[in-house]
Amino acid sequence: MIAEALFAPFADFEFMRRALAGCLALALGATPVGVFLLLRRMSLMGDAMAHAILPGAALGYLAFGLSLGAMTVGGIVAGLVVALAAGLVARSSILKEDASLAAFYLLSIATGVMIVSLRGRNLDLLHVLFGSVLALDDASLLLISAISTATLAALALLYRPLVLECFDAAFLRGVSASSPIAHYGFLVLVVLNLVAGFHALGTLMAVGIMILPSAAARLWVKRLPAMLGLAVLIAFISGVGGLLASFHADVPAGPAIILAAGIVYVLSLILAPGGMLGARLDRRPHLES
Amino acid sequence: MNTHDAILELDNLTLGYDRHPAIHHLRCRIARGALVAIVGPNGAGKSTLFKALTGELQPLQGHFRVNAGKEGIAYLPQQSELDRSFPVSVFDMVSMGLWREIGAFRGLSRSQAERVRTALAAVGLSGFEARQIGTLSGGQLQRARFARMMLQDANLLLLDEPFNAIDARTIEDLVALILQWHAEGRTILAVLHDLTLVRHHFPETLLLARECVGFGPTDEILTPEHLATARRLAGEFDATAPVCHRPEAEAA
Repeated sequence: MIAEALFAPFADFEFMRRALAGCLALALGATPVGVFLLLRRMSLMGDAMAHAILPGAALGYLAFGLSLGAMTVGGIVAGLVVALAAGLVARSSILKEDASLAAFYLLSIATGVMIVSLRGRNLDLLHVLFGSVLALDDASLLLISAISTATLAALALLYRPLVLECFDAAFLRGVSASSPIAHYGFLVLVVLNLVAGFHALGTLMAVGIMILPSAAARLWVKRLPAMLGLAVLIAFISGVGGLLASFHADVPAGPAIILAAGIVYVLSLILAPGGMLGARLDRRPHLES
Repeated sequence: MNTHDAILELDNLTLGYDRHPAIHHLRCRIARGALVAIVGPNGAGKSTLFKALTGELQPLQGHFRVNAGKEGIAYLPQQSELDRSFPVSVFDMVSMGLWREIGAFRGLSRSQAERVRTALAAVGLSGFEARQIGTLSGGQLQRARFARMMLQDANLLLLDEPFNAIDARTIEDLVALILQWHAEGRTILAVLHDLTLVRHHFPETLLLARECVGFGPTDEILTPEHLATARRLAGEFDATAPVCHRPEAEAA
């Protein structure tokens, strides 16, 4: 009975299998990027960039309708522009980075919604804002998987410089010229994965699959490789859980997936060793030194 | 002037931000193997000088020559620039001192891993290999950073306030390391505030207050008159300062 509830939806329906494949690809690509976003204290920056993708994708939509290629290219270009512009504003004006990010993200989302409504129907707007993980066609699935594959390869190549750039950038600049490569390469990865997440989960939810599993994993484990692995696992389980909830309770899949990740996060926040109760629940006696 | 034994030459070097000089027309020559303390009030341009030497800051005027050979420069920035909440182990952090050998991709050979352990032992951190850097005290973290610097095996060592908020016992151990590096023939420049320590261990001193107040044997530089001059010079900042028209500014 339970097994049937868990497996039958995927066995019986192709759109569920496609959604599952999409979630796996996102978990493998976007979530590790999210771990680094979290550790670099750039979670909000990721959120702002996700919103920035909206007007770009909307322009693609305005020109070509619901075309995968146009919306992807538009999203990538807009995301990269805002990533660079936010840093520039923070460096060359008296505004702090959080203020400039908030400004960018409000403007982006207003512009994006305006552009979509110039031409579209409400259904299209919902598609852009919340994605369509249950309606992934071959091309979208290929795009998400390709981005995921490229991300894993790039992270493997950038791993050591990126880790150093995160915790001791001054040292990295002293020993190597790879600091800007790590920094900007990472921003490109963020944008690419936000665009991948955008197709499945929409601009408003794409960051969720990056940050929530990463934050939950951070509360449980201390070492970075373990954190990466656990975050991917949490993201995938949230994907499966969200899809099943969506199937059985007839609720939208994208928000269900993010809420599933949110439940894991809240439970971790309460119970994990790094969480609110974790240290107090540890009743083992203290050591001698 | 014989330049062969100089590891570092600063020629009319002016550094700064927004055209306001933090280092003004600095000329000096650091001999190979020298052990130099850089002393001066806050805002005297000490960290700025290191930023320029490591290539992070373009000079406003003048230039400098570094003759550190292929071993190059190792730079220990102030500790605040390091994010201690990042999940990385002491061993991994210290092993990055071998960057010149392993780069971005290669793993550690057995002998390289042994060298990392030796460096950790030399700073008194044996047994801390698997600890996360976030669990170290300020003094222990500074020991780890010294171990990493040791592995960098550089010719010219720049240390920016290495003993800030560090206890006496740790300072003693780390000074012993610096003296050992000096004995190995490396050139060391250290920004320091503790004048007793400077008088005790550092043969030469560069006293900065945006201008060079004095450079030479420590006894001759750290005099009450010089220190008073440094305090007076460093206090001056004029947002509407006119363009500098000194002869050395015009000549270049």
